[in-house]
Amino acid sequence: MLRIEGLSKLCGAERYLDDEPLEGPLKGCLWGMTVRSPVSRGRIRDIVYGAGFNWSEFVVVTPDDIPGPNETYLIENDQPVLAPGYVRHMHEPVALIAHADRDLLRRALASIRVQVDPEPPVLDFRVPPRPEQIQRGTDNVIKQLRICKGDVEKVFATAPIIVEGEYETGAQEHVYIENNAMAAWIEDGPAGDVVVVRGSMQCPYYVLNAVKHALKRDETRVRIMQSPTGGGFGGKEDYPSTIALHAALLALKAQKPVKIVYDRSEDMAATTKRHPSLVRHKTAVDRNGRLLAQKIEVILDGGAYVTLSPVVLSRGIIHAAGPYSCDHVLIEGRAMLTNSVPYGAFRGFGAPQTIFAVERHMDRIAQKLGISPLEVRRVNLLKDGQTTSTQQTICGGTDRHALLERALGETDYARLLAQAEEFNREHPYLRRGVGIATVLHGAGFTGNGEVYLNSKVDVAGLPDGRLEVLAASTEMGQGTNTVFTRLAADAADYATDDVLVGMPDTFRVPNSGPTVASRTVMVVGKLIERAISDLAAQLGGGGSPLRGKALKDAIIAWHRVNGGGSLKARATYTPPPNVKFDDKKYIGDAYATFAWGVCVAHVEVDLRTAAVRVLHFTSLQDIGKVINPTLARGQVQGGTVQAIGWALSEELKFKDGGMANNSLTNYIIPTSDDVPPIRVLFHENPYEHGGGGAKGVGELPMDGPAPAILNAVAHATGCDPLAIPLTPERLMPLLEATP
Amino acid sequence: MNSNAAHKPVCAESDAITIAFTLNGKSHTAKVAPGERLLDTLRYGLALTGTKEGCGEGECGACTVLLDGLPANSCLVPAFQVRGRDVRTIESIPAERLGPLLESGATQCGACTPGVVMTAAWIRDHRSELQSFTTRALMAGNLCRCTGYDGIIDGLERWIASESGGRS
Repeated sequence: MLRIEGLSKLCGAERYLDDEPLEGPLKGCLWGMTVRSPVSRGRIRDIVYGAGFNWSEFVVVTPDDIPGPNETYLIENDQPVLAPGYVRHMHEPVALIAHADRDLLRRALASIRVQVDPEPPVLDFRVPPRPEQIQRGTDNVIKQLRICKGDVEKVFATAPIIVEGEYETGAQEHVYIENNAMAAWIEDGPAGDVVVVRGSMQCPYYVLNAVKHALKRDETRVRIMQSPTGGGFGGKEDYPSTIALHAALLALKAQKPVKIVYDRSEDMAATTKRHPSLVRHKTAVDRNGRLLAQKIEVILDGGAYVTLSPVVLSRGIIHAAGPYSCDHVLIEGRAMLTNSVPYGAFRGFGAPQTIFAVERHMDRIAQKLGISPLEVRRVNLLKDGQTTSTQQTICGGTDRHALLERALGETDYARLLAQAEEFNREHPYLRRGVGIATVLHGAGFTGNGEVYLNSKVDVAGLPDGRLEVLAASTEMGQGTNTVFTRLAADAADYATDDVLVGMPDTFRVPNSGPTVASRTVMVVGKLIERAISDLAAQLGGGGSPLRGKALKDAIIAWHRVNGGGSLKARATYTPPPNVKFDDKKYIGDAYATFAWGVCVAHVEVDLRTAAVRVLHFTSLQDIGKVINPTLARGQVQGGTVQAIGWALSEELKFKDGGMANNSLTNYIIPTSDDVPPIRVLFHENPYEHGGGGAKGVGELPMDGPAPAILNAVAHATGCDPLAIPLTPERLMPLLEATP
Repeated sequence: MNSNAAHKPVCAESDAITIAFTLNGKSHTAKVAPGERLLDTLRYGLALTGTKEGCGEGECGACTVLLDGLPANSCLVPAFQVRGRDVRTIESIPAERLGPLLESGATQCGACTPGVVMTAAWIRDHRSELQSFTTRALMAGNLCRCTGYDGIIDGLERWIASESGGRS
């Protein structure tokens, strides 16, 4: 099945928020812009509006204009909508202005001076804060989590070999090509005026909750609608709540529609990014490389507010031990408050950081023991029946050892290795190497998260017999609408043309949960199938559930009898049987299932420039049943290239705590000429509790490339890189120090 | 007046510049501000919103149009400079010819896509003159964050194969 909205996107007809005509609700729309903090921390003394502007023509919003609590509703509500007299990071929103003339508004914005009495910021999460830097509790710790299995210290006391390592990953900017954009306006409703917000977002109900909370309104007086969304990758998970509130506050004050469209430099400077990490490993192994004990410390930079850091940390530590069996594991994680822009969701959500560390560490264990990187993995890869660090018994029938051997066979690994070594003997300044990574990714929300979400999907039978899927899950490029259509058509035995997927609108669709965590096809897809089977059973009147033409005829007949009525069936999430997690002790089934992968990277290093080029890359993935091969392959290829950027070139530079290279000129994401074709192989093992048999695919591709590439660089050059991005500037000194 | 015109850059009447140019094969006249970008003229002045803004500084290629037949970042072109020239936007490309790009998965979120298609159309129409370059090198001016480029490169190669010698 081809992407439903694909042609519309290809020919430029798809209308993103800033493409919408300024008519209907957007008639008379003003532009909105954000006044931001010029420093990382301090008390606001004054906001000075520049001379030469007639400020009475502008709409100006300050914290005093917020009807409810000045809080962005999320995990801890500690992030203000507009900084109330005190700023905690560079570029933090302080006030809002709006005007019809965008150029005039820009000049007016540039004239505004936010005067702040600075206080000492925390700009390095790795070092303990000084007393004057404490801003949360006694130690700036946002969240601390621990996984304990067995007794690592007892093993360390007698262990024959101990390998230690310290690994670092940098921040990463999402660079969705459509910048954040949001419009708000006021409509009349039966219970009073309604604040309507439409824009680019992943999670309409997150936005709804945030707008309800700060505007002190219930859901009958706030309506959130998604507009076609040009990429998200986690970057439009929580931050759109802030922009929606800003647009809504301006619209309420102006009593006119207001549109906020970030430009690239504002979007890069002000919005969330991937958490930087520092991970320390101490591992006891025997001479064959068997893991006897793993002690892992995970530290994340959380940025200036709590936002999603506790759950990013949670996913990070659960993935930190890798896809390996070990009886004694201690993982301690903490997310630190700093005065950086708040770090947030980004594809993989903490797992790529900790998997980078463990996969580099496995290669370094092999190196220390003089065995191959394959051997250390063959000895330790989880088998069904063995347990993870949270003591979750792995099952499902995927043979991870066979996955590894298949990846080695498909890439002709042994020959690649021999060729690289021969090439390196001959070539004066180029060095080639091969690296692997074996990875896992928990699909869906962590622990009891899916139970708390309690997701719902409606399927409506329309008067003409077609079906409409009503869910809050968003299409942002990953193919939600196409896959939902396929799953619904298969469940109902319908042609795909007879299935509609409604655009998320909180007045129309139930809360199917956020569009995150590789959960959409697996969890929400399954709810669609269940809702259809309920509808079919309901209309079948106790007989066998109706399908195909019989279902369609029954829907048409129902509407004839119940003219004007609404025919809907709703499915609500129920967890698969026997999935239990203790979220206090971090023991049990952290995820209903895991997806598995093997990456093989073949790289070339130029010793003269320290530039690394990926020559070939192969990704083998078990994502359950593949619903749409083109879309699934696209997820893996896109995720891999995003990870190549994170591994090699995407370096955030900071100046006084703010992003200094907030531009695509010097924040370097890969172009088509920087990356090789990404070879994608699937191992199909249907998962019975996933929509169409699928597990998650969105995030797994982000996990393996960075360690596979660095392992390949280590193989190519004999140096020992421990941090990404491995830019030439970072690699050069390592090469110089390598004999 | 189209409905997006309210968001077009404004200037004093006496500063406005009237330009005549060819737009998607038809003669066209527009009144533009001195500092106005061609991108804004297209999107807000003419409601041709198929051309997207990605970075506003000529790095990402989302705003690519063909200017006298060559790909150009319309965010870097002052509108008055297109006086007397030929401008082609994504709206000039018939959707029914884009099947090969759809089948290969060349579009995901779609925000870079119109720019990608414009560069691809130029490569397809000049393949013989560009033979010494790989399609990967030729597409390097269009950033895509979703596809990893394989869907784009495969689609472009299929498109060239399916319409070799053809021009839209």
